[in-house]
Amino acid sequence: MSTTKNITDNGVNVEALLEAREALTQAPEAAQFTWRAKNEWVKGTHSRSTVEGFFGLGEEQQHRSRFTFDADHPEVFASEDHGATPVEMVLAGLASCLTAGIAAVAQNRQIQLRSVTATLEGAMDIQGILGIDGDVRNGFQGIKVSYKIDADATPDELKAVVAQSQKRSAVFDIVTNPTNVSVEVS
Amino acid sequence: MRTTTVVIGAGHAGLAMSRCLGDRSIDHVVLERGEVANTWKTERWDSLRLLTPNWQSRLPGYEYLGDDPDGFRTMPETIAFIERYAEVISAPVRTNSAVTSVRRSDDGYVVATSQGDWQCRTVVLATGACNVAKVPTLAAELPPSIATLTPLQYRNPDQIEPGRVLVVGASASGTQIAEEIHRSGRPVTLSLGEHVRVPRVYRGRDIKWWMDAVGVLDEFYTDVDNIDRVRNVPSLQLAGSDERRNVDLNALTDIGVRLVGRLAGIADCKAQFSGSLLNLCQMADLKMNRLLDRIDEWVAQNMGDGEVDPPHRFEPTRVEASPPLGMDLTSSEIKTIIWATGFRPDHSWLDVPVFDRKGRLRHDGGVVESPGMYLMGIPFLRRRKSSLIDGAGDDARDLSAHLAAHLDGRTVVPSARDEMPTLRSVA
Repeated sequence: MSTTKNITDNGVNVEALLEAREALTQAPEAAQFTWRAKNEWVKGTHSRSTVEGFFGLGEEQQHRSRFTFDADHPEVFASEDHGATPVEMVLAGLASCLTAGIAAVAQNRQIQLRSVTATLEGAMDIQGILGIDGDVRNGFQGIKVSYKIDADATPDELKAVVAQSQKRSAVFDIVTNPTNVSVEVS
Repeated sequence: MRTTTVVIGAGHAGLAMSRCLGDRSIDHVVLERGEVANTWKTERWDSLRLLTPNWQSRLPGYEYLGDDPDGFRTMPETIAFIERYAEVISAPVRTNSAVTSVRRSDDGYVVATSQGDWQCRTVVLATGACNVAKVPTLAAELPPSIATLTPLQYRNPDQIEPGRVLVVGASASGTQIAEEIHRSGRPVTLSLGEHVRVPRVYRGRDIKWWMDAVGVLDEFYTDVDNIDRVRNVPSLQLAGSDERRNVDLNALTDIGVRLVGRLAGIADCKAQFSGSLLNLCQMADLKMNRLLDRIDEWVAQNMGDGEVDPPHRFEPTRVEASPPLGMDLTSSEIKTIIWATGFRPDHSWLDVPVFDRKGRLRHDGGVVESPGMYLMGIPFLRRRKSSLIDGAGDDARDLSAHLAAHLDGRTVVPSARDEMPTLRSVA
């Protein structure tokens, strides 16, 4: 065992994460989480989502406070632009998930980060959502993510950190793989 | 019938253990359901050759003495090699003795076979790591018009209808089978997940020579971060051939194989491929380069200038800008799917509570969680080379030492390495 004091600090408590990993390996039922969001129509294409509670570690959990997200569409869609477009929120979710992973993986590999910035682009042919051409899908044609990272590591080490973050990212998985979705009305 | 130790399986691993037990004068038998080297005779495709060079199949008391140390054995040559080993070490093999159950007794185990029961104090499981081909559960969604084969059933392209073939999995089996089928005139689409890219030759030497020399193959199971993960890493993208050709993804792209992402789902007779192909290829390139870096560092410290070719790096894996995310399984000309999605051992005859919640045998470096029971021949059992013929010797030496201590009533930690001087020559 190394007794060298770890001076890398990306603000991620890797020891706690590794302890949780060990504990959940022994008790896989506690690893079952359910994430929730609520959404309410405001007016036009404007709606407001809130997240507060979720289930995990065998019991109900709460965020420290309720978070709200306004979503709308921009004026070129004849909307009032009260918030981000939902597809932009998907890009934001992907970026936040990958960046969180980068910080954690870098911490675990003792790589001190100084700055991490990501730029995301999702290309879309809106002939799909407008129903103009049935051969065009509604969603993104593809997503491009570009990272700029300033850190104490070689370019290949940073590429490996970003690759590992993709490998372990929930949103990357959600975006790149199919998921069954059931929508009910009551 | 009674003996001290029953070894189950007369492949290279069981025979290496037999030799080490013999060296220690431990009375034993080696039970084999068929003949010596049974799986090599019945569960391998026709053109397969060993992935390790001839010189690298060293077994306790046995090694290659032919005139082609850098060649790769065909299956008949591999079978002959293992049969000869059984003769050289006079292994007490009982052929056509299929084990039907193993259960605990008062002082050890009862091993029931098609030829009667054996009472023993210790038992060694050496029945191999590749008894069952893993097939993903989504295979159940396939339309019945599509034929499927696993690498255990595949023999040669003549088994397969003309038309496009989807090969799922890009380890040693998947890449070699994809290459062979594509060259037979049946165009191949290769769906791949995590994979391990290595060149056959680097700086003028075989990659297995480097991995041996640098010490990669000797890495011990207690020295890796996460042994469960490492034991599940796919096999290296390698083939054994006279021309020492690569079977990495660029080599397959060069002959016209189409690469797609991991098979993520089948819905409405449509295969869905993951959009993560680029990341998986970049990860494999980075990992290969870390191995090459390690080789270069070793050369700098241990070899003189000019002794080997200068260092270089290989072209990154080429991935098309927008690989297909789906494939229609009814209208496209796909006729056959090959599931090269890995293997698992079959210990269904083991009637001893040693399995974890995922059905894997609980063991510490081959010392099973049932006193006097040992496991051989699975990936990274004790060392990175444990799945190679060349790895059976060191594992058999360690585990036979632990077994001998158990018989003597002494306690030894499972990770102890054998210190006993052994006879390495002969034959």
